[in-house]
Amino acid sequence: MTLLDATALRAVIPEVVGILVRRGADFASAEDAVQCAVLRALDPSRRETVLDIRAWLVTVAWRAFLDQVRSDAARTAREKQLARVPEPGPVPRRDDTLALYFLCAHPLLTSTSAITLTLRAVAGLTTRQIAEAFLVPEATMAQRISRSKQRLVGIPLDEPGDLSRVLRVLYLLFNEGYSGQIDLVAEAIRLTQQLAELTDEPEVHGLLALMILHHARGPARVIDGLLVPLAQQDRSLWDRDAITEGVDILQGALARDRLGQYQAQAAIAALHADAPTVAETDWQQIVEWYDELLAIGDSPIVRLGRALAIGEADGPRAGLVALATVDSRVPRYYAALAYLHEGVGDLDAAATEYEEAARRATTTLEQQHLLRQAYRISRGRGIDRAGQGLWN
Amino acid sequence: MAKYLMLKYYRGGRPAVNSVPMHQLTPEEWSAHVLYMQDMAARLIASGELVSSEGLSMEGSWVRFDGEGRPPVVDGPFAETKDLIAGWMLVEVHSYERALDLASELSAAPWASGSPLGEWLELREVMSAPPVDLG
Repeated sequence: MTLLDATALRAVIPEVVGILVRRGADFASAEDAVQCAVLRALDPSRRETVLDIRAWLVTVAWRAFLDQVRSDAARTAREKQLARVPEPGPVPRRDDTLALYFLCAHPLLTSTSAITLTLRAVAGLTTRQIAEAFLVPEATMAQRISRSKQRLVGIPLDEPGDLSRVLRVLYLLFNEGYSGQIDLVAEAIRLTQQLAELTDEPEVHGLLALMILHHARGPARVIDGLLVPLAQQDRSLWDRDAITEGVDILQGALARDRLGQYQAQAAIAALHADAPTVAETDWQQIVEWYDELLAIGDSPIVRLGRALAIGEADGPRAGLVALATVDSRVPRYYAALAYLHEGVGDLDAAATEYEEAARRATTTLEQQHLLRQAYRISRGRGIDRAGQGLWN
Repeated sequence: MAKYLMLKYYRGGRPAVNSVPMHQLTPEEWSAHVLYMQDMAARLIASGELVSSEGLSMEGSWVRFDGEGRPPVVDGPFAETKDLIAGWMLVEVHSYERALDLASELSAAPWASGSPLGEWLELREVMSAPPVDLG
């Protein structure tokens, strides 16, 4: 007998939703029914023990689905539903979970809807947990979820999906990183790990490596509420085991010889993670990986990263030349410009640009970091004024 | 998705198009104004965009820390004489343009004679948690 616990339950949720859909439930009702069963399972007053969690969840969710159908006023619709129930038999488990990833990343959904639905249907989080993670009321989140599911009415679970969309959803989820009761970064890694078990596609493994490598540096990134740039991070705080794991996964993916953007980004992250100090970083190779990224898809964000890498590999003057081809509206453009100007000794420009970068920052952490840079440079030059208006 | 705060002012903001003072509104006009905002909030819950919507009383106090173990220093209560925030609506939307549309809709709440108030709303984007520095 096993006590129903959240972790074990969540591992089987996508599969169970898939099973209900195969038995004839539509996706929205199947997902609702499974949520209903999960809420019952997690009810502390019940503390149910079961022989097989998956079988239990299928049974309880299917009953919840039938109750829902029975209470439906449209009697004929209900009979049609029930008539479609296939004979009991073995269910292809892995395919169903993968199909659910695809459905939740369907092109009809916005990326926000896709993230939300993935968290509910694939990760098995409750509406309340998702609402808390995104800092919105539960009622608002419930409406978002039901609208998303409404958009998918009539889409069969078997429709061939686009893996790159799934990866983008997981990548965006990883980037949400809100701190709340639910760690979205950990969720993104778990979901990508599960996806990597379902497919050999090297980009899935590339994305998983990228997430693990970034997450490994997390403890050094913010100290005492202050952002610590890569160059100044205490590298002994990096999670060495995670870095080894990330590098192994990446090497496995690269060996397949089908490069993609996530593998290239992971390669850059791995080069940072491998370097004992910032000075010993192989910047030349990082520039080469940025060239690969540009060849895969040109974007101002990639160009910005490349310009900074060139600034380290060939000096800040070369970095400024590379930055000249970047659209100034890209996030962190002014921070990069300030950093490179400081590198060539143009401190007046650097101080002004750090302040401009702070004005454009979208997070308080970055804003404070950039204001401190502006202040540091101005103070060094005897001008004790930078950022005063924003500090006070 | 980004969160935007729409700030309404009792006074201190820029003058509204329909400049009849609040105390001159009939109960029906006031009720129409409030119902419009409640209805808008209900629609924003249904569209999955509302984070919060609240009104603030006109009287407030200033409070500050006055040293460990000492009671807080309180000044007031009094009605602020300069800028006076009346309330807010906090929404989470897909684009800045959508936030502009919503602010415009909120500003159009009916006022005297049932014509739109046309008040100026302060629209501010909420800062978010730090994104992961990829790349």
